[in-house]
Amino acid sequence: MNDPHSNLQTIAGAMRQRLLIDSLFRYVMVLGGISVIVAISLIFFYLASVAYPLFKPVKVDAWQSFAVPGGKDGQTVHLASEEQREIGARFTDQGVVHFFNLHDGVPRGEFRIAFPPGVAITSFAAGDPDHYTAAYGLADGRVVVVGQKYGTHFDADNRRVITPEIDYPLGETPLEIDPQHAAIDRLAVQSSDEGTTLVALTHDGRLLLTGLTATTNMLTGEQSVEKSGSTLDKVEGSIQQLIVEVKQRELYVAHDGRFITHFDITDKSAPRRIQTQQVVPEEESISALTILSGGFSLIVGTDKGSLGQWFLVRDAENNYTLTHIRDFKPMPGRITTLAPEYFRKGFIAGDTQGNLGLYYATAHKLLWRESVGKGNILAAETTPRGNGLIIQSADGKLYTAQVDNEFPEVSFSSLWEKVWYESYEKPEYIWQSAAATNDFEAKFSLTPLTLGTLKASFYAMLLAVPLALFSAIFGAYFMAPGMRKVAKPSIEIMAALPTVILGFLAGLWLAPLIENNLAGTLLVFVVLPMVIMAAAYLWHVLPESLTARVKPGWEAALLVPVVIFGIWLAFRIGHPLEAAFFGGDMPFWLTHEMGITYEQRNSLVVGIAMGFAVIPTIFSIAEDAIFSVPKHFTTGSLALGATRWQTLQNVILPTASPGIFSAVMIGLGRAVGETMIVLMATGNTAVMDLSMFTGFRTLAANIGVEMPEAAVGTTHFRLLFVSALVLFAFTFVVNTAAELVRQRLREKYSEC
Amino acid sequence: MKTWIKSGEPWIWATAGGIAIALVAVLGVLWLTAARGLLHFWPAMVAETTYVEKDGSRIRLIGEIKEQEEVAVRRLIESGFKIESTDKFTTRYLLKLGNRDVHGFDFKWYPAPLLSEFTYPQDLITVERREWGNFYGHLKAVKENGQVVAEGVAALPELERRIQRASELFQKIFHIEKDEIGDLNYEMERLRLKEKKLQLQGKLDEPARTGMEKEREALNGKFGALQARLEKLRGEIGRDSLSAEVMNGQIVDVPLEKVAEAYRPNAMGLVDKVGYYFRKLYAFGTENPREANTEGGIFPAIFGTIMMVVLMSILVMPLGVIAAVYMREYAKQGPLIRIIRIAVNNLAGVPSIVYGVFGLGFFVYFLGGSIDQLFFPEALPAPTFGSPGILWASLTLAILTLPVVIVSTEEGLARVPRSLREGSLALGATKAETLWRTVLPMTSPAIMTGLILAVARAAGETAPLMLVGVVKLAPSLPLDGHFPYFHLERQFMHLGFHIYDVGFQSPNVEAARPLVYATALLLVLVIVALNLAAISLRNRLRETYRGLEGM
Repeated sequence: MNDPHSNLQTIAGAMRQRLLIDSLFRYVMVLGGISVIVAISLIFFYLASVAYPLFKPVKVDAWQSFAVPGGKDGQTVHLASEEQREIGARFTDQGVVHFFNLHDGVPRGEFRIAFPPGVAITSFAAGDPDHYTAAYGLADGRVVVVGQKYGTHFDADNRRVITPEIDYPLGETPLEIDPQHAAIDRLAVQSSDEGTTLVALTHDGRLLLTGLTATTNMLTGEQSVEKSGSTLDKVEGSIQQLIVEVKQRELYVAHDGRFITHFDITDKSAPRRIQTQQVVPEEESISALTILSGGFSLIVGTDKGSLGQWFLVRDAENNYTLTHIRDFKPMPGRITTLAPEYFRKGFIAGDTQGNLGLYYATAHKLLWRESVGKGNILAAETTPRGNGLIIQSADGKLYTAQVDNEFPEVSFSSLWEKVWYESYEKPEYIWQSAAATNDFEAKFSLTPLTLGTLKASFYAMLLAVPLALFSAIFGAYFMAPGMRKVAKPSIEIMAALPTVILGFLAGLWLAPLIENNLAGTLLVFVVLPMVIMAAAYLWHVLPESLTARVKPGWEAALLVPVVIFGIWLAFRIGHPLEAAFFGGDMPFWLTHEMGITYEQRNSLVVGIAMGFAVIPTIFSIAEDAIFSVPKHFTTGSLALGATRWQTLQNVILPTASPGIFSAVMIGLGRAVGETMIVLMATGNTAVMDLSMFTGFRTLAANIGVEMPEAAVGTTHFRLLFVSALVLFAFTFVVNTAAELVRQRLREKYSEC
Repeated sequence: MKTWIKSGEPWIWATAGGIAIALVAVLGVLWLTAARGLLHFWPAMVAETTYVEKDGSRIRLIGEIKEQEEVAVRRLIESGFKIESTDKFTTRYLLKLGNRDVHGFDFKWYPAPLLSEFTYPQDLITVERREWGNFYGHLKAVKENGQVVAEGVAALPELERRIQRASELFQKIFHIEKDEIGDLNYEMERLRLKEKKLQLQGKLDEPARTGMEKEREALNGKFGALQARLEKLRGEIGRDSLSAEVMNGQIVDVPLEKVAEAYRPNAMGLVDKVGYYFRKLYAFGTENPREANTEGGIFPAIFGTIMMVVLMSILVMPLGVIAAVYMREYAKQGPLIRIIRIAVNNLAGVPSIVYGVFGLGFFVYFLGGSIDQLFFPEALPAPTFGSPGILWASLTLAILTLPVVIVSTEEGLARVPRSLREGSLALGATKAETLWRTVLPMTSPAIMTGLILAVARAAGETAPLMLVGVVKLAPSLPLDGHFPYFHLERQFMHLGFHIYDVGFQSPNVEAARPLVYATALLLVLVIVALNLAAISLRNRLRETYRGLEGM
């Protein structure tokens, strides 16, 4: 039992166990510690990784090329494809439609459109790509409207099978457009559930407008087509192209190489000619024209390769004028083909040198350009989701590619500069992330949000910095220890107050109070310093027997009732003042007499509320900095005969100034990122002014409002991540700078 | 005077003024929330007065005076009041008229010149209803199935008796609807998911199907029985009603099934009022909200806040302590760790909304989405963990408060004197033993301080929670009697968000305002208490080590 050997063994065993535990503990701590630190830094990288795709350049790859399907059947007049990017369609001038696989060109069906025998095809038109409508004009003044159908079903192995087809939405019999049976030279078509509009230029130069509305008889289920039409005013010169926009209300006629004439065709029996506009300079001529998704913007391409955007702009008299909006980076050769994206404001342009460019209108940007094939680009088209290209080159081949272009809306100019959005009267900074309609042009200007953020912080700092620094100076240098014990925690408690409470008080209590007592509120900023100074002077002239009872360092406590009195006084004289000078209602007076908009929840309210939220932050750091100035500095200065104030001014403040600076910076960081106060105490409208009496929308509040509704992965979603990243980076940099300054200061004094 | 200015004395007073203003602001905010929040539960007197309409006719008004303020006469005239007065300013009163179902509105401002004197008739009753807000009127009669059973003086005691009965019935109905039918629905859903799961795994064979069919039938049977019981109770509760004369002279019947409480505020004595006050205070903390959160209690919000904070503490404590111990005790003290220390410190200054964005993107969509794909494929496309919930909210706040805990713990570790460690090591203890037995116990007050500060911050934080799991009205608590009891994927209610939502998103802000003040007061109290605890703990900690420093 008492074997010393075994005893030693147990001791050694226990020792081993202890060492094991020790190293285990070590591993857990090191591993855990490092992973926590890594996890925290993950925040930055995660935010950046979500934001990054926005700034990735467009990628076009998976190129395929193959002989043009049905190449012998005449010239291509139109290319199209279906949503899954599986099947493409090629329309020829002979009235044949070839369907083919986009990835290998294998034919998927060929349809010969039913024409009356012996009648030649003289023109072709395609409607809005989304509606898959096209029309052929015939030599006898008739028109056949053709639609594409992509039926989807799943086969036995649960694989998707798409069957392309041709249909005739208005019946197989050609429609008679020209009663005089002249050949149709140019044609425009647009078709939707509500009706179809056709505009035809006859060989003898007449412009014919036809509106067709299909109505289904509720009882018999019979379909009848109602037709209305008229002849449009003559347009001078040779007509190159006709475009009807998707809502079938406007007609644009390109003619004479340089002009576009605009007709209002809302009423098909009484169209109005609005104006003729020269859209390209004298030495150039229009070589291609298209209309962007949504039916607002015309893109004009010229023989010199320039590209311009035009749309109707309303002026003060409510007249619409076709206005030049912007020019894009020109193509090297003559523009041969232009095609809009199906659902976005992007378009592609091909030229005679075989270059293909991918543009985005709102972002004012050439996203990608490369040469494809050899020679002219004959026709080009994007796939419906904007994720693919189909290009026919003069070398007799069809090229297809995959496009990674999910966030074309983002460019420097669309985020930070004024942008002229469709149906706006002038270029503006606008943040408007969602709207009811599909052809909505997203407005992602970060400028008003950034300005709002700066405005909020400015007004908050305007109030907080002087108050907090004064408090810090008094608190650290003059205040009696007894009072310090109470005052310091009281102010610091305020830092812990949930901002939702400050925001709620600001929005529901302070905002109406200020609106009702605007003059009084503004007076507070004047009356309060005056009252305090008056009280100080009074104290100075009071007999010493009285003042000596209060020890120095308790001045602030004496001033508390004075401050309350000052605020009361300002509010007291505010109303009579408003009655005397502002007709009794200062906000009303401001709006109507001065033309200054007054909103109830404005910058003043936020400035006060957020100012008070920032005060404790600045106070406690600045107070720390002043307090940590070594005592012998002060005593030395005082011993040399300087007054308390001189000591402060010339010795303490200069020494503590880096600390004070970092306090202000950290306060700024807090103001910039504050969400709840801003959310609750302003109207959250993204405006571009600096007035004290209007609201704003900050980056942080914008995230709070829109993030829960933003669809994952969209431009909007990622832009909100960008905002978060900006806030993160800004506060992090500011805080780090402040912290470094503070640490240096601390080291300096620890040596003293 | 000149010498006085030269002496710099005015500047000293100016700095004193700064701190005085800051103190007034702090006290003002606390006083404002306290005064308004506490007043909410006091039974308000119901005033009666008359008001001159635009056409000159006089109408009677009955309601509580909620607020009064001085306002520009011009603004009143602009908003359509006909006031003949030479004064620029006058007083206006905000009356809570109640009876939203009768008049269509329940709050309205009236200018003093158009009102007659306020009177407080003893027989006015305030009826708190479960729908449509308060009802005010002169009690006329109590009815049973439309037949008058008590009138005049006898009406009030009869009314109280019958309200008692209706409340008991209401509790029963509520229990059946909420608990028993809720249980059945839960079972049904579980069954559906089980079936879907088997189907996805290809194991749904005939016996399993019939088994489930049987279970389902049994549940349907139970459901039918409950429905029948409910039907009967609903018939019983609809029996009684009261009829009262409202301010426009109309006699209105109020069914007692909708009545929560009825009393005569003008006839109440102080003792009654105090009793009422505490009853309401208690109900505020323990009841569910009613009427789109504008009435009733805030129990789910309190519960949600506490549960989230507890979860967060469980997550943040070990992580924060481990990170701090690593940084202070194990890592090499070089420039790298200094940078990390500054970075961690600065994370506390990063706006909380940024953490919310991170939580939503990373936890909810990425982690939650992956968990759904792996473990809950049967519920897809409805998300289980892939949508905001209490787990993600706690995790987000844990990351948000991690710097607080790390910094505080590190500070504590730094304060433990070297001599103690060296003593322990000299006695043969390993480093782990020294840390575990000596250093960490001595650091525990610092860790506690950090935790309390973290909890205080988490309890008041609202912005990130809006993104990662808070809702205005959660259908069920994250903790209930269904297996596995903790439902970490559920959304929850939170005091801070409750304030934001009720104060700003509610259709009837006026009605909700007192309740928001009360909620704000509760939140302020919790946070001030937590912070004071942290401060005193910190001070005690300093005292403890002051003694050790000489060692």
